[in-house]
Amino acid sequence: MTSQIKRGVSLYSYQHEYVHGTMDLEDCVAAAAKEGALGIETLGEQMIPGFPFPGQADLPDSFYSWWQDLMAKYGTTPTVHDMFLDTKRYRGRLLNHSEMVDSLKRDIRHTAKLGAKGIRIIVNTPPEVVESAAPYARDHGVWMGVEVHSPYSFEDDWIKRHLEVAARVGSDVVGCVPDMGIFVHKLPRVVVDRALRDGADPELAHEIVNTYNSHGDTQALFDRLERQGVDGVTLGLARNGIHMIAQPVDCLRDHAEFIKHIHAKFYEMHQVEGFDYWHEYSIPYHEIVPVLEEIGYDGYLSSEYEGNRHIEDAEPVDSVTQVAAHQNMLKALIGKEN
Amino acid sequence: MFDEMIIREGSVRNVTGPDGEAVGFSFEAHIPYYRGLGLSMIETPDVVVDGEAVPAEDLRFTYDGVTRTFAELADVSDVRWELRTFATITVLRPGGLAPGEHDVHVNLRLRVSYLPFVSENRFTRRVAVA
Repeated sequence: MTSQIKRGVSLYSYQHEYVHGTMDLEDCVAAAAKEGALGIETLGEQMIPGFPFPGQADLPDSFYSWWQDLMAKYGTTPTVHDMFLDTKRYRGRLLNHSEMVDSLKRDIRHTAKLGAKGIRIIVNTPPEVVESAAPYARDHGVWMGVEVHSPYSFEDDWIKRHLEVAARVGSDVVGCVPDMGIFVHKLPRVVVDRALRDGADPELAHEIVNTYNSHGDTQALFDRLERQGVDGVTLGLARNGIHMIAQPVDCLRDHAEFIKHIHAKFYEMHQVEGFDYWHEYSIPYHEIVPVLEEIGYDGYLSSEYEGNRHIEDAEPVDSVTQVAAHQNMLKALIGKEN
Repeated sequence: MFDEMIIREGSVRNVTGPDGEAVGFSFEAHIPYYRGLGLSMIETPDVVVDGEAVPAEDLRFTYDGVTRTFAELADVSDVRWELRTFATITVLRPGGLAPGEHDVHVNLRLRVSYLPFVSENRFTRRVAVA
């Protein structure tokens, strides 16, 4: 069977180089294209200066024509726009329903003008806001998918409410974007090492890792350490053990019709003896990809490198190499060029 | 993230008033986050100099040529602190920083809507003033 899964990159992966001024937006697109990751996912509020607030004029047409030229130059396709909803924009009150819908409509217009197909809905967006904006999205040829991101999982009531909207409105317009960070089966080594550098208690860190990796009661461990009054860094690592989750990979099967796009989160690619491609340390992509094949997923695996922030204090961040290694792994698992 | 850019290396300097006297010191700061935020979502930071906390009313935030107190920032919801741009944080302090070494600690807090808590981002830099 020929895989229909496509490869892409979220430009989030290159944020370190972008912020430090060593790569600009075009460099990020070029780096992704070089690895054959031809689907480009963007964050307007990250790499598109002047991205407007709701109520302000949309970006000028000149930006979008520049963007289309950029995509043509590298043979890339815009996939998804990652939106945010600043419910806490004003002091002392949250945005009301119509303000939230207006904010989402701005994202829908932006996505359509980018030529992208979909929007990653940030998890604090109420399901009823997505439902209200659905006709507008349909008119613009754009789908919306709530991000299923740890500590939320498919089992969470909030996510279930989003999927109920999808069932009502139609999965052509509303669905979900699972983040592979719901499958963290080993606590990321980069997170643990950072805590140790910051002064975490080595013995307790060891216990936290063992408890997490054996699917033990991380909440009970956190509660105990909090009662003991351990230092903040160690407690922070224990909190990571609660916030990170290791769902069974099979849960993807039950929601196949609603999966629009995938955040292929990764923390650390590393060499493994006997393989000619690097592996992700904590997330079992070799189990995930076959399930996606089986359910006929034909969207993108969009690489999202998140190890950068955990190593920046100790070593040079090299997002380009990490993304390239992740793409090599995906290429090996998908079994074809794209 | 981007913690070391909360106090940009080499940016700490004394600020002089009209009569040439040091009235405080300033440093350049990058937002410790992966996307820009409206200024209204920047909370008042903790700034501690050599172990001594600076009162909030002695802090100023300058972005895109406009200087405000952090209390005033709370009402600025239409200007985004963009990535790759630096704000200047000024600490009003008669005499500024005396010659020698100082520890400057900043906890820059951000009101990130999808987090149930306020994002805290701490960095301490030892600086030498000539």
